[in-house]
Amino acid sequence: MPEHQSHSYCLKAPPPASRIEEEMYKGQSGMWSWLFHRISGLGILLFLFIHIVDVSMLSFGPGVYNQSVVLFDYVVVRLLSLALVIAVLYHTFNGIRIMAIDFWRKGSRYQRAMFGIVLAATIIVFIPMAYYIMGPAFQWLTQAPHAATTGH
Amino acid sequence: MLRISSGRGPRPMSGGFETFSWYYFRISGAALVFLVIAHLIIMHVSNDVSCTTYAFVASRYSNIFWRVFDWLLLTLALTHGMNGLRITIDDYVRSASARMWLMSISALLLVIFFMLGTLTLVTFQPVVSAIGPQCLPK
Ligand code: HEM
Repeated sequence: MPEHQSHSYCLKAPPPASRIEEEMYKGQSGMWSWLFHRISGLGILLFLFIHIVDVSMLSFGPGVYNQSVVLFDYVVVRLLSLALVIAVLYHTFNGIRIMAIDFWRKGSRYQRAMFGIVLAATIIVFIPMAYYIMGPAFQWLTQAPHAATTGH
Repeated sequence: MLRISSGRGPRPMSGGFETFSWYYFRISGAALVFLVIAHLIIMHVSNDVSCTTYAFVASRYSNIFWRVFDWLLLTLALTHGMNGLRITIDDYVRSASARMWLMSISALLLVIFFMLGTLTLVTFQPVVSAIGPQCLPK
């Protein structure tokens, strides 16, 4: 049931037939928006588990905790965090789209256009965030040599 | 045959847990929009990860506001996400015993991670004598 991303409640309480249009499953935008929503949600949840564990290193004092911060400073981990950011941005914007479909009278009429907006917003917000996240990893490229040696 | 709605989206009106779940996704999702975006901006844009050290946390957590903020983020994201995992298991796992096992493990994970996160947040007391650097040395 991709178009309104619903679960078993449909079986329990079908809305009046007059408000429903039947449509065959053709793998259109509704399927992709739903699939991306599920994958991004589960991906963020996996990260959340890891994140709760790394933050719990706080209990072992600055030495241990800062060691886990060193991990997040690696270029590879920074690249992984880009994947997290794009998943969060998509899931957030598409979550707003789902709520618009459910609560806004014209929501379902514009669901397809809103999916386009979701994708565009995800990419537009992602670019500056990626710049901020990756920038520090490439300081040796963008900084003059003397600045690099006299810095902290 | 699948349906798309032509009016307002169909809402679950039968009451019971699935109705609660449906509203919970949307209410927690609405709150998470603000919490998650603010969290990402603070940790990845206005600061760099290499400066989110023990000393950084110590100064942040001296204000109770950020502990409450982080606890809300923890609680809402974990319950929202685990409810999503529950629905995903519901969708794909057919065998009754496998469902039972997976649901029980999920419930256990929810409790363990909620307690670990809450404990970390509540018990954090910075070691003032050895607080460490503000940013990682480059
Ligand atoms: C940032 C703000 C967020 C918004 C606006 C949001 C919105 C939503 C909504 C409305 C749904 C229900 C979809 C449906 O009824 O089918 C949903 C599902 C889900 N969300 Fe979120 N969410 C957010 C953050 C998160 C976070 C932080 C996580 C992970 C920890 C997460 C994980 C999930 C999962 C796993 C599902 C289930 C997907 C499925 O049923 O296929 N979400 N989200």
